[in-house]
Amino acid sequence: MGRWELGHARFGERKSPPGRTACAAPWGAPPLLPARLLARPCSAAVPIPATFPVTGCILAATAADPAPPTALGSPRVCPRAGSSLEPQESSMEAPAMLEELPPGAAPGKGAHELFGYVGIEAVLDQMRVKTMKTGFEFNIMVVGQSGLGKSTMVNTLFKSKVSRKASQPGQEERIPKTVQLQSVTHVIEEKGVKMKLTVTDTPGFGDQINNENCWDPIIKYINEQYERYLREEILITRKRKIPDTRVHGCVYFVPPTGHWLRPLDLEFMRRLSKIVNVVPVIAKADTLTLEERAEFKQRIQQDLKAHAISVYPQEDFDEDPDDRLLNNVIREKIPFAVVGADQEHQVNGRRVTPGCTLTWVGALPTATSPQPALSCLAVENPMHCEFPMLRDLLIRSHLQDLKDITHNVHYESYRVRRLNESNRVALSPANGLPGKDEDDSNL
Amino acid sequence: CSSGTRFPNGDGTDGEYVGFATLPNQVHRKSVKKGFDFTLMVAGESGLGKSTLVNSLFLTDMYRDRKLLNAEERITQTVEITKHVVDIEEKGVKLRLTIVDTPGFGDAVNNTECWKPVADYIDQQFEQYFRDESGLNRKNIQDNRVHCCIYFISPFGHGLRPLDVEFMRALHQRVNIVPVLAKADTLTPSEVERMKNKIREEIDHYGIRIYQFPECDSDEDEEFKLQDQALKESIPFAVIGSNTVVEAKGRRVRGRLYPWGIVEGNAMGGPVPAGTGTSRTPSPSCGPHAGGLGRGAGGAP
Repeated sequence: MGRWELGHARFGERKSPPGRTACAAPWGAPPLLPARLLARPCSAAVPIPATFPVTGCILAATAADPAPPTALGSPRVCPRAGSSLEPQESSMEAPAMLEELPPGAAPGKGAHELFGYVGIEAVLDQMRVKTMKTGFEFNIMVVGQSGLGKSTMVNTLFKSKVSRKASQPGQEERIPKTVQLQSVTHVIEEKGVKMKLTVTDTPGFGDQINNENCWDPIIKYINEQYERYLREEILITRKRKIPDTRVHGCVYFVPPTGHWLRPLDLEFMRRLSKIVNVVPVIAKADTLTLEERAEFKQRIQQDLKAHAISVYPQEDFDEDPDDRLLNNVIREKIPFAVVGADQEHQVNGRRVTPGCTLTWVGALPTATSPQPALSCLAVENPMHCEFPMLRDLLIRSHLQDLKDITHNVHYESYRVRRLNESNRVALSPANGLPGKDEDDSNL
Repeated sequence: CSSGTRFPNGDGTDGEYVGFATLPNQVHRKSVKKGFDFTLMVAGESGLGKSTLVNSLFLTDMYRDRKLLNAEERITQTVEITKHVVDIEEKGVKLRLTIVDTPGFGDAVNNTECWKPVADYIDQQFEQYFRDESGLNRKNIQDNRVHCCIYFISPFGHGLRPLDVEFMRALHQRVNIVPVLAKADTLTPSEVERMKNKIREEIDHYGIRIYQFPECDSDEDEEFKLQDQALKESIPFAVIGSNTVVEAKGRRVRGRLYPWGIVEGNAMGGPVPAGTGTSRTPSPSCGPHAGGLGRGAGGAP
């Protein structure tokens, strides 16, 4: 009798979430199998011994269970007096609940409670171990006029000297005649997680007198990376891990004029937001006071909306309402006002890193104190600049999202375009594609 | 005027007194009555603080009803020349100030020859003055020629940009160019030094003739000479303009208020902060060298 009591008491607690925590039996009695399983006809695939050490969670119904719920005789196993539930309640409840539990339902759809610890969550650990072994790849591109602090920003983001200037020290800054693209790859490691980081810089962008089509080399480069990946992907025998050189995020530096987006900015962002995730930032934002900054941001947001430019995080790709809420918060703050600085400074004996010291004259120099007062702009201080938010967006919270959107959206649309184009032109026969082409054209 | 002024002879005795030493005073009185004309042109990319600097230089609000263009209008914007005229008076001296602005300069994607409207405007003013001068009635000639052009260099680059070089090369024969390093509160003092040196080097390299302040006379006092020397060495001037008055340590100053500190614009009544040269900028245009700018403009080919 006691056994059935326990079983039904467990059934009554429908509100408890499935999972290991819900399975902890609040009562001290030895956990037993729920009444349902025992009442099942013996064609059940898995005979469960009575000594099986399960707690009060329901095992997901096995696929082999053909018996409809009404065939179960559980209404007949209503508890006698002494159970916590009223007899008629449980009799009414049990069939209703049993109808809810689809007999042949596949496990893991969230509607099933486990009555034992299966260990499904251990898959997360396995994934973690595996990714730690293989490492991540992340490719970021920085675009903007020279002198806006792109290399400094990259160094500050990754707290190491990863920009192209770091790899060519001592070279003087010269504005190249055409836009060049220089990629620098580093492997950085933190707490056992390895990341292969590629930073692509674009010196010469927007520096000339005539900047028409200065975005063409950049678009070409991005498409080349997609092409490279596509070629690897459509091989018959392809590599287990295709090397991913596609640009996952493009950080665009807007000069802090304080007025509006320049035509060059608009043109560039319009073209590139279609093929890559564009994150606009206001560079050297220490030029603007807080009011100017807020006004500038507002005008930029209006401009972006007026020209239908969708920057990262794009509204169309929000997966669920939680994501949308989070991304809305971010979208209000776009573009982030950042200041890059990779030097450490001492202020009042404390180390402030990184930051830049500026001669802000809080008090004019007098005869007794000829040195003007120094104050320090700390980059990590969210009151001063929004660099922490950018870092969180790019690295701490949305890095995987950037990669996913690049792979699922931008790469896919490139692929669709390319494969449609190449329907007319047969790809190399070594890949076995002419057959595929014929099929497509017959459709 | 002539009473009470005695001029000694070479041998220490009072000689015959003629009285033409009062001429400067007479000139002074006449000019004060007539008033001065000064035309200043500001050029540079938008967003470098030109209007703010003009306002803080002359402590007036010249751009009160300026409106910024919206997105569609900006795509097709071309370089315009706008003129604002304001009459200011200080201690009885009248100044008719004309500010010539160049909105749209350097903003488009393709900026080839965007200095052409500016050069044409300057030539036009010269042409008009030439005609007036060759005319019969020369009593009231309006001098609209551009006396000085302040060119704003962006602090975000690494020295001069190709556009800056082309503009200055096109105009240095026509007008006195005073290069200025805009928004200098972005830079740390060492960065300011570095930028200035770089810009000076590049100006020499490209053969741009910027306005040279005239040498001060040998009989000026030491302090003035030192000041003059310091002035020459700090070209291009690193400026910060400000329209707002902020409180700093109990004093009200023109400045910019940041979360991490306050920047002083013009130091009102205080000693000059070394290295920024902000409060020095008013003096060349309005101080001892203003006459030189006028003369320079007249003499330029």
